Amino acid sequence: MIPPHDDPPTTRAAAPGPVGRIRFMDAQRVNLDGFAVENPELGLIALSSPYDPEPGLVLEDGVVTEMDGVKAADFDAIDAFIAAHGLDLTVAVEAMALSDVAAARMMVDPSIPRSEVVWLCAGMTPAKLARVLALLRPAELVMAMTKLRARRTPSNQAHVTNRLDDPLLLAADAATAAAFGFRELETTVPVLADAPSNAVAVSIGAAVGSPGVLVQCSVEEALELELGLRGFVSYAETVSLYGTEQVFTDGDDTPWSKAFLTSAYASRGIKMRVSSGAGAEVLMGGAERRSMLYLESRCVALARAMGAQGVQNGGIDGASVAGSVPRGVRGLMAENVMVMARNLESCSGNDALMSESDVRRTARTLPILLAGSDFICSGFGSIQRYDNMFGPSNWNAEDIDDYLAIQRDWGVDGGLRTADTGAIAALRERAAQAARAVYSWFGLADFTDEQVAAAVDAAGSKDLPGSDPVAVTNAARLIQETGLTMADVVTALQETGFEPEAERLLDMLKVRVGGDCLQTAAILTPEMRVLSLVTDPNDYTGPGTGYEPTPERQAEIDAIRQRRSVEDLRREQAAYASDALRPAGPAVQRGDPREVVIGVSPATGRDIWVTLSGLPVVEALRQLLAGLEEEGCVARIVRFHDTIDLGMIGLSAARLSGSGIGIGLQAKGTALIHRRDLAPLANLELYSIAPVLSAEDYRLMGVNAGRHAKGGTPEPARNPYTDEAIEARYHTRVVSLVAIERACCRAGAGPEELTL
Amino acid sequence: MTRAYSGRPVESVTVDAVRRGEVTRDDLRIHPETLEAQAVVAERHGNPQLAANFRRAAELALLPDEDVMRVYEALRPRRSTAAELSDLAEWLDGRSCHRNAALVREARDVYARRDLTR
Repeated sequence: MIPPHDDPPTTRAAAPGPVGRIRFMDAQRVNLDGFAVENPELGLIALSSPYDPEPGLVLEDGVVTEMDGVKAADFDAIDAFIAAHGLDLTVAVEAMALSDVAAARMMVDPSIPRSEVVWLCAGMTPAKLARVLALLRPAELVMAMTKLRARRTPSNQAHVTNRLDDPLLLAADAATAAAFGFRELETTVPVLADAPSNAVAVSIGAAVGSPGVLVQCSVEEALELELGLRGFVSYAETVSLYGTEQVFTDGDDTPWSKAFLTSAYASRGIKMRVSSGAGAEVLMGGAERRSMLYLESRCVALARAMGAQGVQNGGIDGASVAGSVPRGVRGLMAENVMVMARNLESCSGNDALMSESDVRRTARTLPILLAGSDFICSGFGSIQRYDNMFGPSNWNAEDIDDYLAIQRDWGVDGGLRTADTGAIAALRERAAQAARAVYSWFGLADFTDEQVAAAVDAAGSKDLPGSDPVAVTNAARLIQETGLTMADVVTALQETGFEPEAERLLDMLKVRVGGDCLQTAAILTPEMRVLSLVTDPNDYTGPGTGYEPTPERQAEIDAIRQRRSVEDLRREQAAYASDALRPAGPAVQRGDPREVVIGVSPATGRDIWVTLSGLPVVEALRQLLAGLEEEGCVARIVRFHDTIDLGMIGLSAARLSGSGIGIGLQAKGTALIHRRDLAPLANLELYSIAPVLSAEDYRLMGVNAGRHAKGGTPEPARNPYTDEAIEARYHTRVVSLVAIERACCRAGAGPEELTL
Repeated sequence: MTRAYSGRPVESVTVDAVRRGEVTRDDLRIHPETLEAQAVVAERHGNPQLAANFRRAAELALLPDEDVMRVYEALRPRRSTAAELSDLAEWLDGRSCHRNAALVREARDVYARRDLTR
């Protein structure tokens, strides 16, 4: 990859550098990302390489003798496994004969049911399915994903890790993630030996947060299986597939060992999916000049052939490699849709941070969030970036509120919900206490009240005062050596007063016995109902069909904690109420040529007490008065009851005033200077952006009004400039404040003098 | 009613029973017949490969953890000779794991051709 503007060495006089506009653009965060020139030789090509094979399938006596241009005798291990197990030969002839465009249209067309598409795709070779997916444009991918995902109800998965493997923090963070709605939690370790401790701590925390949350610990294949066998994790995901034989065996597995592993998990009732994703082969220098989508197509075909119920793909660790080439991000989504087309659960990437740019990383995820996937992220970092031991995610604790707001903006279910602020505190406390109790029960570690309190309040591991990494490793070693199982943890929770959590953990063990979580795309609801391809099949066939949040779920999506109603604002304003402004009878016109009237809006000092900038209204008035006094003017405050229009308030004030100059002030802080001979919508000076006005600005407006009254022409005061999203920040409050003003308005009521 | 590997109805596995030490590992283990039933469901939902996986799993459900780990290890690249894989398949046949035995034999043949044997 080439850094931007790395000028070639030259012996001539240095060429002038880029102009300021370009230097400025260079300095933006997106230019920290690497962008590669497409290069099929290195596999740096997203959707189709000139070296991708022609799709093709030859059958003889019900056996595959040639696939995608390779004869059976030359099949590598991946071809051989797919040819032997992966293709539905009863439909293969029809599927391979279908044109690429016809197949692509079937994926998008809502009138063709999902079942028909997956039935046909079962007969397509890897090269064929890759070609079909490469035809889908972004909006078509959204349609295809909406229709083809296995489970009707979308969901999401979180990472829960920290730099210290601190069990109390892991438990508190797992409970928090569960409270935010994540139905799968994935942990891992910076120190491999800590794995059993992390698995136990996260499982306890998850059980505190919600019933039915699946937990995994991503470590080396054999250790992960062992954790599963002992009940410490309830699903597995780190079963990696690669698209070339070389890279696959470098990963120390073969399709057969992985297929066996898949059955091993199922034999213990443990849900599992495999992991693949574009870019992995490129990173390992083994792409064999194929496109990323074609290599991934081999992985997905293999996943189906092995009998895995689902695939985690969409780049994963190679996401930024895919993101570096043209159409790479589109390719990541095409991979997800490919998994769905093979009738498998899609855990859709959006985990590894693929850009330094907030805009790019959001754009990468948005179509998938809009379409809905079995799991939108295969690892939303529910903890802060620095605590994510997988590396920072595309979405992190820093972004949870953003994500919740985006769900609400589009009215889509991205799997998350707002967790009640008070409930989070209580859950974190209970999770940390439960972990402490279990560790103490088994003599694994003794934690202090201070450590519990620190973990409960911590926003991340950097907030923990000190920790003892040896203690964690010791605890993990004891779990490993004493042969503890999750059933023992159930007992410990019960004995130490955590009965509901004991119940929930036992339920997770009992789920294995029933086996329903082995079916495609299975998750558990908090009521312990299994949602899967079997029990909750996606039935999208166009508008008005498919998944729609229930009214309760929609309300949950809508109810972000930052929302405010007029009533909320009224209460907020009432907290600042005072008796500083008092009515002093009807206002009349006066003749003093040094007089300036300050007209205020109906709610000023009645229901509204603080301006949008946070300044008390009374203080704004005092500043105006002080400015006028500085200029030797006489001032009067008059409240107008019959209008909330600032121009009319200012003009009416000017008409009452002896000098013919008036100031208009709305309670929210907007202010202007008016003169009695001007049209209502005209003015001499205007402060239109109330949220940025300070006491000094009102003082200056008072001074200027005084100068106008004396016949001068002062330099107009200007709105302080801001490049912040000031409207986004204040418009909802403006609407509420205007509503309050409107409610105070009384037609026909005369102006009223006020004393301050 | 779902029965565990031990034959015990899973509903009878309560926290109290666990605490009293009245729950064995086999009371929390899936029964091969349950896996067969799940295989039928997977077949009905358009995924014969998932069904085949569940049927291999039903065989493995009978094996102790150590044996499962051992077979997995033997199937990894260049861990076993072709002869060792043949012996392993025979051993699996001896434990009524015929589908897994077939998988190991298939692996043996491909491994020999693709230089994946020890």
